[in-house]
Amino acid sequence: MDFVAPKIALSGIAPEIALAATALLVLLADAFIGDRPRTLRPEHGSARPGSGILGNRWHLPLLSLIGFGAAVYLALDAWDRVDATGATTQFSGMIAVDGFSVFVKITLAVFGALTILLGHEYLVRRDLEEGEFFALVLFSVAGMMLMASSADLIVTFLALETFSIALYVLVGYQRSRLDGQEAAMKYFLLGAFSSTFFLLGIALVFGATGSTNLYGEGGITSFLATTPAADLSLLVLGAGLLIVGLGFKVAAVPFHMWTPDAYQGAPSPVTGFMAAGSKLAGFAALLRLLDVVLFPLRWDWRPLVIGIAVVTMIVGSILAVVQDDIKRMLAYSSIAHAGFVFTAVIATNDRGISGALFYLATYGLTIVGAFAIVAVLGGPEERRTRVNDFRGLFAAHPLLAGILTLLMLSLAGVPITSGFVAKLVVFGAAVEAGYTWVVVVGAIASAIAAFFYLRILVVMYMVDAEVAEEPKAVMGPLSIGVIGLSAAATLVLGLFWSPLIELAEKATFFAGP
Amino acid sequence: MTFAASTLPTDEATFAQLIFGAPLLGAVLLLFFGKRLGKLSGIIGSATVGIAFVFGVLSFMDLTSIATGHGENARVLTKSWFTWIEVGDFNVHMSLVIDQLSIVMVFVITGVGFLIHVYSIGYMSSEENYGRFFAYLNLFIAAMLLLVLGDNLLVMFIGWEGVGLCSYLLIGFWFEDRANATAAKKAFVVNRIGDFSFLLGIFLLAVSAGTLTFAGINESAVSGAIGGSMATVGALLLFGGAAGKSAQIPLYVWLPDAMAGPTPVSALIHAATMVTAGVYMVARTFPLFEAASFDVLLLVAWVGGATAVITAIVAAAEYDIKKILAYSTISQLGYMFLALGVGAYSIAIFHLVTHAFFKALMFLGSGSVMHALDGETDVRRMGGLRKVMPITGWTFMMGWLAICGIVPFSGFFSKDAILAGAWADGQYVLWGLGVATAALTAFYMSRLYLRVFEGGVVMPEGTHAHDAPPTMAAALIPLGILSLAAGALNFPGGLTFEHFLEPVLGEPEVAHGLTAWLLGGAATVVAVGGIAVAWALYLRAGGLQVRDRTERMLGPAVRAARNKLYVDRTYETLILQPGRDLAVFCTEVVDRKIIDGAVNGTGKLVAGSSELLRRLQTGYVRNYAAAFLVGVVVVFSILIVRVAA
Repeated sequence: MDFVAPKIALSGIAPEIALAATALLVLLADAFIGDRPRTLRPEHGSARPGSGILGNRWHLPLLSLIGFGAAVYLALDAWDRVDATGATTQFSGMIAVDGFSVFVKITLAVFGALTILLGHEYLVRRDLEEGEFFALVLFSVAGMMLMASSADLIVTFLALETFSIALYVLVGYQRSRLDGQEAAMKYFLLGAFSSTFFLLGIALVFGATGSTNLYGEGGITSFLATTPAADLSLLVLGAGLLIVGLGFKVAAVPFHMWTPDAYQGAPSPVTGFMAAGSKLAGFAALLRLLDVVLFPLRWDWRPLVIGIAVVTMIVGSILAVVQDDIKRMLAYSSIAHAGFVFTAVIATNDRGISGALFYLATYGLTIVGAFAIVAVLGGPEERRTRVNDFRGLFAAHPLLAGILTLLMLSLAGVPITSGFVAKLVVFGAAVEAGYTWVVVVGAIASAIAAFFYLRILVVMYMVDAEVAEEPKAVMGPLSIGVIGLSAAATLVLGLFWSPLIELAEKATFFAGP
Repeated sequence: MTFAASTLPTDEATFAQLIFGAPLLGAVLLLFFGKRLGKLSGIIGSATVGIAFVFGVLSFMDLTSIATGHGENARVLTKSWFTWIEVGDFNVHMSLVIDQLSIVMVFVITGVGFLIHVYSIGYMSSEENYGRFFAYLNLFIAAMLLLVLGDNLLVMFIGWEGVGLCSYLLIGFWFEDRANATAAKKAFVVNRIGDFSFLLGIFLLAVSAGTLTFAGINESAVSGAIGGSMATVGALLLFGGAAGKSAQIPLYVWLPDAMAGPTPVSALIHAATMVTAGVYMVARTFPLFEAASFDVLLLVAWVGGATAVITAIVAAAEYDIKKILAYSTISQLGYMFLALGVGAYSIAIFHLVTHAFFKALMFLGSGSVMHALDGETDVRRMGGLRKVMPITGWTFMMGWLAICGIVPFSGFFSKDAILAGAWADGQYVLWGLGVATAALTAFYMSRLYLRVFEGGVVMPEGTHAHDAPPTMAAALIPLGILSLAAGALNFPGGLTFEHFLEPVLGEPEVAHGLTAWLLGGAATVVAVGGIAVAWALYLRAGGLQVRDRTERMLGPAVRAARNKLYVDRTYETLILQPGRDLAVFCTEVVDRKIIDGAVNGTGKLVAGSSELLRRLQTGYVRNYAAAFLVGVVVVFSILIVRVAA
């Protein structure tokens, strides 16, 4: 009897494998390489940027970046296959290999790489351990990527937990900060809480359809196609709980309560990563689930999602107005942005899907830059993050103030920034689908939101004799690079958006049954 | 009228982006390092424009390398960088075009521009912000080149706004003086009106033609794809933009005030290049104007003719040397629109070229005079300066004879061709306006020239006039030669220039044979007459008495001309004052009471609800989890109701 080696196609999860392997390598290398020469003293700001940061401790970030590079390469490779042979599934239909997952994975890899660059400088300045940080970022990006390519609810849950657990730890990474500890604990408890609902949702769906698989034989798609007369109430309730679980991850109201606390307590590079990455991962799963698999049931779930979209946009924008802390304010703003993306989800058309992806990609690039600026201005324990601490920023750092202006205008959705184009495409998709009134609500929310973005700008440019302490940016080449990149992306995508939108349109090829 | 441009074969342009890139690079360099480069800025600024000129020559050789004779084998060169906007079937590319028309403009912009840059090295030498000046000047050249090289309306519009910005910055270059800043603002605001019209025209054409490329618009105009009435509105809107930029009635009031800028700026922007952008634009889109169901071209001709006469009258009463030249520029631009309106497009461009030479020359000459007389601009305090500053005097004489239209100076050929075009088109009244303008032009320019340069030496006390320094002379002399000889481009026998432009602009109807001779003769007689009157009034002994007598006789007319025909004052009463009143009403009543009230009310509402919602964010995890649970219950309830229904 011959042993026939099972033929396992790995291309679908090759990027995830690469990242996980790199994470393990980083942990190994961290244990064995060097005795961690302390090149910078912990006191914040006295260190000269440059030499020390790029000098001695570059192995681990470089290794991590190579991991992200490999992930992008492998994702592109998978895209070539999809291009050549069409979208497929692998691992007995548990992994989808399609344009959608490739687009999301590449975007996530960019977010991850930017986080590594920022995190490196952030950690070195504060004399924090680095190895675990990089490994956790790598693991969590791997989990997020898996969210995008999962074609089975069990895999989705696995992916969700993988990236969430890594994020719980990252939020409390700076152990000296009590608010960080508190934030991590809250995030963890509520995350566990929401996971139970997600699992219950899976159970209900399984109960209704007899499968957790999305596309495979006997899976949910074929169940919906072949059993039209079946009682679908259980499936709809299960879907509702799945929306709850994923809504928690993307910070949708009323499952958003953790967001301000976690965003404020986490180290700023991690906050930026959460805002960009976990939102994209959560929406990737939502888009695949709602707009593709449960498309036939759209009349049942859409009222619920419209409600979530409206409440999220309004509550996020209104609550941001009264925040005095810029990280909390950006947290509420990220809630509002989740609402804007939901308007694309309810459109259930290709424009909505590509629009949501474009929105999340541009929002991520902008918000990473915004939190990078918060990081360089915040001081060692990030105590200087109140809006009033930005008073006089223009006088002290005109260029930085200019870039922050650009990023804030983009978040507010002002033309010639990527944020404007992004709002235009998601609102356009919703109008096309006939949900003009939701867009009107969105426009009102944007108008309210403009208030708090502009408030930061006003404070920043105010020439005030009574500035208690002038804002002081402590930044090395890596922070400057990331901030510059974010600003450039925000501006360039605001002027020349066509190429990215075309890519996002290609990402609407989904694996099917 | 044959129209061929859109059917010409297209090739890749090799140098187009370099023509435009060189001055842009210079501008960027000087903006960032201008202070540190010091006196080197002038050389860098001039050199980049010179390089652009060289690339222009290379493009010209490229363009004509296979073209032989009268437009046979003609082709256009294009360079496309990237797709800028793509929405459905509607595309806008960032692309440049080099054809017969744009290459002529490139030569004028970079050629005259280069000479004016060189002149500025001397003229601005004692200026503190030397680097900044050349940075703006280079930026202007780059924007102007983008304007003429763009192959669609949107790229043109970028250049259009770019030159407007540079014009604003340069008029207000000495912004410490409030009057200059005000003049800059006036130019900017009046141009905004035209630009708004232009922008509306772009939107309209984007909708009705489905494209913004000149080739596409012209093609759909010829084929009738744009309806006659749509073409009318589009052409009117575009002409509105042209009238703003090229200072035509009713939007010309900004140009005389724009003389507040340094004189090289007046020569480059407000005489030779930017103000001709409107002429260029109309020539570029002439099939649209021809397709209009209402005769927009006739309107163009009348606006041009009226502008030409009216501003010539004002020029005859001005005493400020730069203001005279400014009104003269408006008047000559009127000629160009008159030529466009009677269908003599290539002749309009020809006059644009000769005018660029002689008017830039005279502006630079006046700058040289002001330089020598410590900034004096009143012609009543000058006289006999040709003896004191021979280079300036002799070159100015070339410009004077050219604008008066004396054979064989360049202005004769271009102006004569315009008048012949009007005659051939059957517009005898317009021809009459043109002849009257020619007489007036000869009069006011002779008044200026004879007063300032001939007769006994008069100078303000305490000034020691000296001739132009070498760099300034280096610009005056070539421009003097061009003013004399540029007519050779389009001698009646060969008409080389017209034939060169034929692939783009078609063949103009002109008078032939005896009529042509008679028309040319009439124009010359009129010009000589104008000069003679000026001589009699200003140079001949006893002229003063005659002048007094005529002024008394024509009392109200002269006073009206001195007051710029009350146009500025009319605008003030009819538009500005009501506008200010409206603004006050808006701020005091509409904004403070109604809008602010609504906004503050909304703000209070938001803040109030925000406070309320904020209470929910207690910081306790148990409360968060409770809120979560409430959310789940709501979700479940919604879905159960949904499923049960």
